[in-house]
Amino acid sequence: MSQSVAVNSNLDFVVRDHHAPNGTLLGFWLYLMSDCLVFAALFATYGVLSQSYAGGPTGAELFDLPLVALNTAFLLFSSITYGFAMLQMQQGKKHGTMIWLGITGLFGAAFLAVELYEFYHLIHIGAGPQRSAFLSSFFALVGTHGLHVMIGLIWLVTLLFQLSKHGLIQENRRRLFCLSMFWHFLDVIWIGVFTFVYLMGSMT
Amino acid sequence: MSESFDLGKLIFGRLTLESFPFHDPIIVATFIMVALGGSALLVAVTRAGLWGYLWREWFTSIDHKRIGVMYMILGIVMLLRGFADAIMMRLHQAMAFGDSMGYLPPDHYDQIFTAHGVIMIFFVAMPFVVGLMNYMVPLQIGARDVAFPFLNNFSFWMTASGAILVMLSLFVGEFAKSGWLAYPPLTGILQSPGVGVDYYIWALQIAGVGTLLSGVNFVVTIIKMRAPGMTLMKMPVFVWTSLCTNILIVAAFPVLTAVLAMLSLDRYLDMNFFTNDLGGNAMMYVNLIWIWGHPEVYILILPVFGVFSEIVATYSGKRLFGYSSMVYATVVITILSYLVWLHHFFTMGSGATVNSFFGITTMIISIPTGAKVFNWLFTMYRGRIRFDVPMLWTVGFMVTFVIGGMTGVLLAVPPADFVLHNSLFLIAHFHNVIIGGVVFGVFAAITYWYPKVTGYKIDEFWGKLTFWFWLLGFYLAFMPLYVLGLMGVTRRMSQFDDPSLQIWFQIALVGAILIGIGIFCFLMQFYVSYRKRDQLRDETGDPWDGRTLEWSTTSPPPQYNFAFTPRVYDNDAWWQMKANGYQHPKEGFLPIHMPKNTAAGIVIAGISTVLGFALIWHMWLIAGLSFVGLIGAIIAHSFNYKRDYYIPAEEVATVELQRREVIA
Amino acid sequence: MFTKQSFSKTLLFAALAPVFLSGCNWVVMSPSGDIAAQQANLIVWATILMLIIVVPVIALTFWFAWRYRASNKKATYSPDWDHSTHLELVIWAAPLAIIIALGAMTWVSTHQLDPYRPLSRIDEGKPVPADMEPLVVEVVAMDWKWLFFYPEYDIASVNELAAPLDRPIQFKITSTTMMNSFFIPALAGQIYAMGGMETKLHAVINEVGVYDGFSANYSGAGFNGMRFKFHGLQDEDFDEWIARVKAQGENLTRPVYKELEKPSQNEPVRYYRSVMPGLYDKILNRCVDPGTLCMKDMMGGHQHAGHQPAKAEHHDAH
Repeated sequence: MSQSVAVNSNLDFVVRDHHAPNGTLLGFWLYLMSDCLVFAALFATYGVLSQSYAGGPTGAELFDLPLVALNTAFLLFSSITYGFAMLQMQQGKKHGTMIWLGITGLFGAAFLAVELYEFYHLIHIGAGPQRSAFLSSFFALVGTHGLHVMIGLIWLVTLLFQLSKHGLIQENRRRLFCLSMFWHFLDVIWIGVFTFVYLMGSMT
Repeated sequence: MSESFDLGKLIFGRLTLESFPFHDPIIVATFIMVALGGSALLVAVTRAGLWGYLWREWFTSIDHKRIGVMYMILGIVMLLRGFADAIMMRLHQAMAFGDSMGYLPPDHYDQIFTAHGVIMIFFVAMPFVVGLMNYMVPLQIGARDVAFPFLNNFSFWMTASGAILVMLSLFVGEFAKSGWLAYPPLTGILQSPGVGVDYYIWALQIAGVGTLLSGVNFVVTIIKMRAPGMTLMKMPVFVWTSLCTNILIVAAFPVLTAVLAMLSLDRYLDMNFFTNDLGGNAMMYVNLIWIWGHPEVYILILPVFGVFSEIVATYSGKRLFGYSSMVYATVVITILSYLVWLHHFFTMGSGATVNSFFGITTMIISIPTGAKVFNWLFTMYRGRIRFDVPMLWTVGFMVTFVIGGMTGVLLAVPPADFVLHNSLFLIAHFHNVIIGGVVFGVFAAITYWYPKVTGYKIDEFWGKLTFWFWLLGFYLAFMPLYVLGLMGVTRRMSQFDDPSLQIWFQIALVGAILIGIGIFCFLMQFYVSYRKRDQLRDETGDPWDGRTLEWSTTSPPPQYNFAFTPRVYDNDAWWQMKANGYQHPKEGFLPIHMPKNTAAGIVIAGISTVLGFALIWHMWLIAGLSFVGLIGAIIAHSFNYKRDYYIPAEEVATVELQRREVIA
Repeated sequence: MFTKQSFSKTLLFAALAPVFLSGCNWVVMSPSGDIAAQQANLIVWATILMLIIVVPVIALTFWFAWRYRASNKKATYSPDWDHSTHLELVIWAAPLAIIIALGAMTWVSTHQLDPYRPLSRIDEGKPVPADMEPLVVEVVAMDWKWLFFYPEYDIASVNELAAPLDRPIQFKITSTTMMNSFFIPALAGQIYAMGGMETKLHAVINEVGVYDGFSANYSGAGFNGMRFKFHGLQDEDFDEWIARVKAQGENLTRPVYKELEKPSQNEPVRYYRSVMPGLYDKILNRCVDPGTLCMKDMMGGHQHAGHQPAKAEHHDAH
């Protein structure tokens, strides 16, 4: 590292712009990784508490697999439709982007509706989050994911307005990219939830 | 009738007149002092007509340098509060023997030791290290700002918002009486029904958002915005340690967020994560909070290691010894800091195999740390050491930290920990590394970089006085605690029976008073230096014959830091430029693209403060409104597309030529 | 028993001379129970091991600081010297060597002094006699006092503990609510007391005396008063103590226990001549109230009961 470098004066300085290329995408990806750790903590807690039924109902008794499978399908489809929106964006088609974004939002809303129904049903039959540590960790994990979908929806609607106002300008393209990462990330998390919570919970 | 009653509940929640601690004369007196001091400050600022200036140039500023300074000011203000708590505890413990119950009611004492820990870690040490990174990292990598300037401002205000909530708890309601990590079941709703734990939760959650975002911001800044030629292995060591610190922040703070969220679900919605009944498991909390808590220790100490590396090389007039082993040591520490959390609770009854695993991983951390100490040592070897104040701090640190490291390794031996855990020996150990490490490092950094920030040096006499009072005060205050620990005295006690212990507490009190004088000198040095600023002025921008890029620009740096970006060939970039007779370009200035100031950060953080306060006091109406307001403000901010502007080339040229003329 | 230790201890005290003013009772360093004595010994040896590297570092710091001060123009100045492979090797190897030694020491001592491990000796060179059963004491940390059960004698006491000399003691420890830490520095290291869980500690007392015991983990308002005396007694004195408890105590029935369970501070010593059957087990499983389901019966959901209670989950097999 201590090699001497021959320098002459005009090599000492350069002119460059302030902005870092793709800084936002890296930053957003880092944020997603940190979010992933929030889920990791919730998964770990669920793992520890998943047998702590406290004399209450177990996962096998509570989970309605067909309903959850439907919900999973909603979310998976919404990821695909988001992909179509991105394809439209790359072709510079503002309306196509907005239409596919809208469809994505509808799938997301359907997912949330089903989840809320499931929660309502569980609380109604006395299997609310207060019943046992198992249910606390179940509601916290699934609910946090649901909350993220909710935030994604608010963001998506906001973005629809911004698209209609400013079109596919650079800033909006960047935001579409970020939301895309966010949306697919939620899909990945959900696959974890579906496998570890619902499928494995139904088997025990 | 009942309707109006419900409305009152909806607005004020559980806040009533009784919530204000009028009954405690100490708090009332403090409140009067704070109120008088605060209004005096407000009047002074108003009289001087400074509000507009403060708002435009500071509060809404997205300049990393301004934000860095605001972090440091926040740290200093909170240091005063945290130290007030410390000296109250020391005085109380020195008195409370035999029949004397001390002067603090136990209830108040328990709040004080909790607040002291929370404030010192979250609102003193964290703002200090984040402030240093804010100011120095962009300058050291030759960048004009951080990657996300607005987020940076927002992060600061979120941290400040958390600090405001903690300060509010002093006068409105109470703070947690739980110790600084708030272990359940003590902090469960059954055992702690008051607002104290809620203050704790929301202050940390809000400040935590700020910290996390600033972590993301700095990782991207360091990865994406380095000057051309500055490869990873040519970054200054401070930048390296900052990178590792911010990676740790991104990877640790989410766990804190999650575990505090679960604690609040237990408290607000009667869930059962950490309760005794219905399957809850408090051990989960202890594990999770330390999975955050141990990396947090390294989040604080790593940047300071970087500071010392810069200082020791500069004042020895010598290249840093073993740059690459320094870097590897930092990376190893970063990774290992995730594998040791269990050493904070060997006494929980994990098996011998688990305990020895975590004990040994902990000891392994001392290998890279030891290598660092040797590297500093051999940087001094065959140097020309100038003992300016920062170098005094460094030598003080090296000696003190090694002792703290030794007692730390001792605590990592599980059977030894069984007798030393939770004792004053432990308290002495972590103050030994946090004061001897973090505080000494931050003070060294402040003295070292002060001329860069203000354009004049710190008065040497007051700087030295600060150092000697702190050093002496530290040893007197904490060595007795090691002794008391070996006598089997436990922490967090508010009263003692055995009169033979009293002398040690009295010595510790004397030490705390000396530290208090040290803090006074610390503040005085700013005042005296300001008065003598013309004598202490540094026109060169490089008063210490520095080695890294922050010294290549003028002091204080212009808003855009560098008109031309330096090209880097060496890890001591500036040293090498000086050695090779660099030439500053005198023409060819271009307009500079800069981000615009914005009020969005302070507004959103302000709404978060209100939301936090409303949640603490169960003011559901206000909580609901401010939550909607929060979302609304974020969305509104996202509709602002005009976030930048250009500084015209002529302006850049004028500023640069003027500044450079002074130097030449 | 202190012969072997005294040498190393002198060394340590010599090293700590500036802070060691003597005359005080450093209970952690000169305890009266074999386990605590071994722990003290370990502290001494670990410290000495680390001083091997710490003392030279501190000395070198001062020496270099003095020798290479700017005003000393005689000292060599090599501003570009920043690397030496040999030196780097030493820098990494020296701490590594110490840590290898310390790590080995840690591994062995952690297993040897594992609080869950039944004692194999009652003092240095004195193995536990084959026919000697440990004295079982069940410890409950309450808000804010200590309750001790002696199942062998069917008695209980509050805030006072006694044990005969040179007989292994097995503590089984739980808590009613808060997390506390059961600690008698003169006897052995501490271990947490947690609600719904059981931790264990094995120890032995070797000298007659009255020692301090307390909670070492802050547990709220009454924490400060959670102190008790631990009596190390000769066999006949211990029998006398048992007899005294039997004579002076009341019966620890469910109502008496429920009364005791209410949070209180700075409790006086209390004795109980007899104990409701299975009370400790019910406290551990949180089912003292009639009609409450015990934790050990509720694990695993309502259709298949019968898992082990929490006490098993938290300690790996020995």
